[in-house]
Amino acid sequence: MYPENLKYSEEHEWLLENNGVATIGITSFAVESLGDIVFIELPQAGTEITQFSTFGEVESVKAASEIYSPISGEIIEINEKLETEPELLNNSPFEDGWLIKVKIADDSEFEKLMSAKEYESFVNAGS
Amino acid sequence: MNNTNTRKLLMDRSADGKVGTTMPSIDVPLQPLPDKKFLRKNLEMPQVSENEIVRYFSSISQMNFSIDHNFYPLGSCTMKYNPKLNDDIAGFPGFNDIHPLQNIDTIQGALEIMFDLQNILAEITGMSATSLAPMAGAEAELAGMLMIRAYHVNREDFKRKKVIIPDSAHGTNPASAVMAGFEVISIPTDNNGNTNLEALKNVVDDSTAGLMLTQPSTLGLFDTNIIEVVNIINSNGGLIYGDGANLNAILGKVKPGEIGFDVVHSNLHKTFTQPHGGGGPGAGAVMVNDKLVDFLPDPIVTKNKTNKFDLSKPQKSIGKMGAFHGNFGALVRAYSYIRTLGKEGINNISEDAVINANYLRIKLKDTLDLPYDRICSHEVVFSAKTIKEKYGVNALDIAKRLIDYDIHPPTMYFPLTVDEALLVEPTETESKETLDEFIEVIKVICEEAKTNPDLLHNAPHNTPNTRLNEALAARNPKLNWRNTIEESN
Amino acid sequence: MDNQYQSTYTPNTPKIKKEMLSDIGFDSYKDLFSDIPKKFRFPDLNLPSPTSELDLKNELSKIANKNSIPGEYSSFLGAGAYRHFIPSVVKQITSRSEFMTSYTPYQPEVSQGTLQAHFEFQSMVCELTDMEVANAGMYDGATSAAEAVLMACRINKKFKVEIVGAVSPLYIDVIKTLTQAIGIEISYNNIETILNDDDDEPACYVIQQPNFLGEISDIEQLKILSNKNNALLIAISEPMFLSMYQTPSHYNADIVVAEGQPFGVSLAYGGPYAGLFACKKNYVRQLPGRIVGETVDSNNKKGYVLTLQTREQHIKRERATSNICTSVGLIALMSTVYMALQGKKGLKYLSELCYHKSHYAAEKINNLPGFKVQTNNFFKEFTISSPIPIKELNEHLHKNKIIGGYDVSNFIENSMLLAITEMNSKEEIDNLITILSQV
Repeated sequence: MYPENLKYSEEHEWLLENNGVATIGITSFAVESLGDIVFIELPQAGTEITQFSTFGEVESVKAASEIYSPISGEIIEINEKLETEPELLNNSPFEDGWLIKVKIADDSEFEKLMSAKEYESFVNAGS
Repeated sequence: MNNTNTRKLLMDRSADGKVGTTMPSIDVPLQPLPDKKFLRKNLEMPQVSENEIVRYFSSISQMNFSIDHNFYPLGSCTMKYNPKLNDDIAGFPGFNDIHPLQNIDTIQGALEIMFDLQNILAEITGMSATSLAPMAGAEAELAGMLMIRAYHVNREDFKRKKVIIPDSAHGTNPASAVMAGFEVISIPTDNNGNTNLEALKNVVDDSTAGLMLTQPSTLGLFDTNIIEVVNIINSNGGLIYGDGANLNAILGKVKPGEIGFDVVHSNLHKTFTQPHGGGGPGAGAVMVNDKLVDFLPDPIVTKNKTNKFDLSKPQKSIGKMGAFHGNFGALVRAYSYIRTLGKEGINNISEDAVINANYLRIKLKDTLDLPYDRICSHEVVFSAKTIKEKYGVNALDIAKRLIDYDIHPPTMYFPLTVDEALLVEPTETESKETLDEFIEVIKVICEEAKTNPDLLHNAPHNTPNTRLNEALAARNPKLNWRNTIEESN
Repeated sequence: MDNQYQSTYTPNTPKIKKEMLSDIGFDSYKDLFSDIPKKFRFPDLNLPSPTSELDLKNELSKIANKNSIPGEYSSFLGAGAYRHFIPSVVKQITSRSEFMTSYTPYQPEVSQGTLQAHFEFQSMVCELTDMEVANAGMYDGATSAAEAVLMACRINKKFKVEIVGAVSPLYIDVIKTLTQAIGIEISYNNIETILNDDDDEPACYVIQQPNFLGEISDIEQLKILSNKNNALLIAISEPMFLSMYQTPSHYNADIVVAEGQPFGVSLAYGGPYAGLFACKKNYVRQLPGRIVGETVDSNNKKGYVLTLQTREQHIKRERATSNICTSVGLIALMSTVYMALQGKKGLKYLSELCYHKSHYAAEKINNLPGFKVQTNNFFKEFTISSPIPIKELNEHLHKNKIIGGYDVSNFIENSMLLAITEMNSKEEIDNLITILSQV
């Protein structure tokens, strides 16, 4: 149901780890509850973020939700396409709709994240 | 009404040389104008003839629902009939044409009306004093919270940084609290729809400036824990703000000041029939007990020993809410309404409003979910949760389908604490016939949900526009004639 | 407590109510209030008896006539609210029940009239102010200015505000009220001092053009102020002035606010009015108030909706750009219809007419012994100093059926603001001169 190669947080973010860099986004569950995404507010590259603190906001027509980072580190890239195509989040939340790429500061933080199966149970339990 | 011409904007109807209104004569000798470099070179406004303007605005007006034409069971809005007498009275030149900065001696009539209204609103709410300065309910809420802040600062108690607000509250409550410099602590409602006392006790301490409470609540329920709630807050040194949006339910049935509220506001465009005007103007009177009298917004109207009225600034006033003295036009209408009804009429409002709402509650409790099966006040909250689970039809779909039956949707998805909420407030000005019709329509729609859900998913069908794409409007905002946000990049 | 009163506004008779109560399962309406603690139930309301329409009109018209009415008196009072002519069509359109008794357009399919009219309003405000985006109106000019200050502080994440030159004390009061609780520091300086101070960078500068005393500032100076640093420039202006003079975009204003009342709105002792609020497009997500946007429906037909609603309190709650909910729908419509009627030529003509009249009056007053016009470069309002205190002067004027100007003696000794509009005929102006000359 949720991509197996990703890790997940309780605030419905996902993380893809590759060579010390984490690609981060929000899950299809989060996107579905928000509805049509209209705007994403992201910080600039170079910003330091800490695990489970907010780094931005996703807006739909009827709601606005803060985004919490699943990992600590320095933001090295943001997905510029989202400025003109926020619908990427609705259409491809786990791929083209990625939000930021972060240089991982401490990979022991992964212990606090969930696997795809754990996240699925978490969601079904009625978060 | 599918006249495509109606959608043509003024600039598209404009042509050089068309004249909309006559120009007064230049009866003074012409003066040398400033150098051209100080003047604007162009002003792109339409040029349309008067009758075309009348036809245009008249046609587009007919795309609106309005109280004079449609039933508006809008919970928390009190969409009641707007008496026409009030407009006539507000239109008297002696009220309509006077300037806000005229010498006090020359507008005693205006101040007399305001003074009387101040007293009436204080009497109705069981308070000591009133300011009519706030220009809407939200401004009155801000005033109330600023007063609570000023009260604690005046006592040199600087710890009081937090305000407790139930999660069912109207959005203006936390928004106003934050503008007044507070941190908002949210508490849940219990299963009976009352303030959760345990949760309240857990968060109250000496950093609590106060509590904001709507009574009856946004769930349309009179909070039966109110005495206990008041005790908890008061014993911890906090004050209680009453959101008076639901005053319609309790006029002459209970006075907020008597049960322990320190400050309450009233939305004059809800309870006291200032017409909603498609989004305003409103007016938000704020009433206080003795603790807060000195902090009231500027101005209040006072009367001296010789019966002369004046505008006064309370000793420790939180300041002016607007450039002038409040929305006088709305105040006159509210005053005229209250004087028309008098004691008997005001008492009658809450009776009829509460009967109407309970009637709907009983008649629809087996059609929609009723989260709180108890006597309601002037409004009742239903839920479309079961219908959604069974047929995939949600509150939005039901609401939009009502439009096809010429009924304005109820308040949807509010309060936030009820899933698929439909908050229904009939008001006292609706007849049993209208209510029976509404009941019938809801039942039909719920049948349609079973047999023809697409009809609801795609509703409304009979309006000038079908469901509008709000995502497109937000992603690519086009907010005026000139250009889209993206294009001018 | 049971009363046999029947209001014209409540259709259900006692008989019908009894039936309904029986369906609900109670004998009396009193049972429906059983949740109210007994001690506090059914208090006495000390209110007068109901009054008939005829009697109320008689009573209230007497009270209304206690006031000195501009029209019966000639009036030269301005200072933020101005007496301008309102064409008949404005009242006719805005009295239509479809506009007057409709609700806030949260359900766009049943509110296209309101939404389309607001889109026209926003467009016209953009044209008038020559700014990129405008909202659907705020309570008044003063709260618009205050909300602009809050917006600038949010954008620049700074808490210092600089009020530059003679800004309306009424507006300053409201700015103080709205900023008192959130740690915003306000300072006051004239433009020369600020331009000479390199270090200071507040969240915003607030100017008024023309200023409170009627003086029109040098645009070159305002340009320098605007380009000095990253502080936002907030310009408080006036709609009739904007119809004639160079717009705030010429000095790179970031936010323009104004009182919309002069355009189609009765004086009504101070309200309801409509605050105009416009800004540069890159600040659009920080705008307070409602905004209407164009879109299409499921049949691809053009329509309008409230948009960028996530800024507002009903969604963002404590993180909203403002707590504003009900604002000024019908009043904004009055200004919209007014601007449509006047059109581009009408607004130019009227503003120039006000200019001719005010300058005619000023020259004559300046020639009166003891009087002096204190404003050099003005539009329709200017400051005059008088040989006697303004209180006395206005009493003298009032005896002669003239409502005089606003007392600004705390700015300049024995001075008042005089506003001249198309409503002041040559006869009225000449009469004013005559009465002033008696002093």
